[in-house]
Amino acid sequence: MMTGVGKYLPLLASSLRRKRLRTFFTIASIVVAFLLFGLAESMRFALRSGVEVAGADRLLTMHKVSFTQLLPASYETRIKAVDGVAAITPQTWFGAWFQDERNQVPTFPTKPEAFLRIYPEISVPEAEQQAWIADRGGILVGRSIADLFGWQVGDTVPLKSAIWRREDGSDSWDVTVRGIFDVPHGGDTRQILMHQDYFEEAKQQAKGLIGWYVIRVDDVDHAQSIARQIDAMFANSPAETKTSSERAMAQSFVNQIGNIGAILSAIVGAVFFTMLLVTANTMAQSVRERTNELGVLKTLGFSNRGVLGLVLGESVLVTTLGGFTGMLLAWWLGIQFEPVLDQYLPGFRVPGSAFAQAFGIMASLGVIAGAVPAWQAMRLRIVDALRQE
Amino acid sequence: MSAPPAAADASRPIVRIRDLVKEYRRGAEVVRVLDGLSLDIAQADFVALMGPSGSGKSTLLNLIGGLDRPTSGSLEVEGLRVDQLTDASLTRWRADHVGFIFQMYNLLPVLTAERNVELPLLLTNLGREQRMRRVAAALALVDLTHRAKHRPRELSGGQEQRVGIARAIVTDPTLLLCDEPTGDLDRKSGDEVLTLLEALNDEYGKTIIMVTHDPHAAERAHRVIHLDKGLLSEEHR
Repeated sequence: MMTGVGKYLPLLASSLRRKRLRTFFTIASIVVAFLLFGLAESMRFALRSGVEVAGADRLLTMHKVSFTQLLPASYETRIKAVDGVAAITPQTWFGAWFQDERNQVPTFPTKPEAFLRIYPEISVPEAEQQAWIADRGGILVGRSIADLFGWQVGDTVPLKSAIWRREDGSDSWDVTVRGIFDVPHGGDTRQILMHQDYFEEAKQQAKGLIGWYVIRVDDVDHAQSIARQIDAMFANSPAETKTSSERAMAQSFVNQIGNIGAILSAIVGAVFFTMLLVTANTMAQSVRERTNELGVLKTLGFSNRGVLGLVLGESVLVTTLGGFTGMLLAWWLGIQFEPVLDQYLPGFRVPGSAFAQAFGIMASLGVIAGAVPAWQAMRLRIVDALRQE
Repeated sequence: MSAPPAAADASRPIVRIRDLVKEYRRGAEVVRVLDGLSLDIAQADFVALMGPSGSGKSTLLNLIGGLDRPTSGSLEVEGLRVDQLTDASLTRWRADHVGFIFQMYNLLPVLTAERNVELPLLLTNLGREQRMRRVAAALALVDLTHRAKHRPRELSGGQEQRVGIARAIVTDPTLLLCDEPTGDLDRKSGDEVLTLLEALNDEYGKTIIMVTHDPHAAERAHRVIHLDKGLLSEEHR
């Protein structure tokens, strides 16, 4: 049984059929606006997700000038001696690709035992851990990469590096998959870890230099003071350091490109504002054309408030139909593009919070766009309205 | 549709108008459309309001139906001072007691005949099934059951007006106010509509007040009232 507000739905829906082309274009514009919103939120979510999984008890020590500048490998022993440092490993950007230069795979030479202590959330079978630790030419591969290329434990794969050459001048590094790791709660598994020792021994240039250090502290409350101690230790040296928490680092990285988020917000805001004007115009036109009908409804006993509600309901129906379709489309596109974008922008999908936000925007947009026409409809005098053709 | 009222009720005035004045402001000028009009209309009567354009017929109809408010005077319908009701009460009263039939039918073009007839029932607490039962009864009464799913543009003028009548009677009002109900119809369709109104008056005891320019239509009424320049100039049975 259709009661309450529901019984007016056929009346509202039929109003949308009055000028089908106009309704179609209005709804289509709203679809595009919410599609943009959904995609922008997906991108923001992807950018943020790195920050959310970054540990507060992990520090990154890199060159003060830029993370592209290398640090001496000898810093490791000195940093390890700082009180409160539980584990440390060097890492370097390897610049690897597989088979085709477009298949970039984030790869980092690291010290396996220290790495596994620093990242306890990484899930890898014990036997595979041991196999990786034992094999200097072995790599630990994230699930996303393994699935992408169909790698199995035991496979030997030739990784090419755009940066590092071997001593024999070759850019090809043959490594063996010794383990495949997962990260719970949707963490990033799009990386490869190789042995620092193998890398150090085989590389042609920059011997004794590493990219940065990842440090785990034993008490998160002391992280800031430890970071200050480390930087103080190398102050005024040829390679000064800058140490901050992994989370802060991830945030600052996001902030560098994160202005994209602000730009996207500005664009989406402008699009929504335009949609507001378009919808308001549609509603105003629709109400103007129906003055006589609104007069008839009032004659039949629809109250002023009832007519106000009908016009507002119609406006909200338009924005909700368009908005819901746009968000569904964004969600579907997210699923379609996830395999492609996973390599560059892991976690690209419409988050649940964006749906909640979108519903709020749909309702607000509908109410604001319909407010003036609804007010005018409410104030219509029946005898004046009935005179209109 | 309820049964006709008892014969004793037939002489009791359902509409009682005293010294009714209606003025409009047109710029600086005040136009008096109704000038101290007094009138009684008995229950179950069928009254035709005639007069030249601008004589105040439609204004009087609007005032009786609570679509507008008088400048002064009193207006009682079924003992209720309609002129003193608040806007909200007037709206509720109109929905419960008055059915309107318009010259141009005023159906919503996007709704089917049955949805148009259902409109006044949306304001009631009836469930969908009950509403549709009443709609079916109203459409059967105007002999349009077979056109229930048709939109107004798929109906002839006479059929549209019959849908308009079904919409007016679906809430079973006591008073039917018709503003030139045959004004846009050919003679045959007009006669059908008038026959229907007669039946509603005779068989169901509806009090009908009909504004018309057409003497042929007025002949069907029990009583014809002439209005001229806001005054009741002639009245005969």
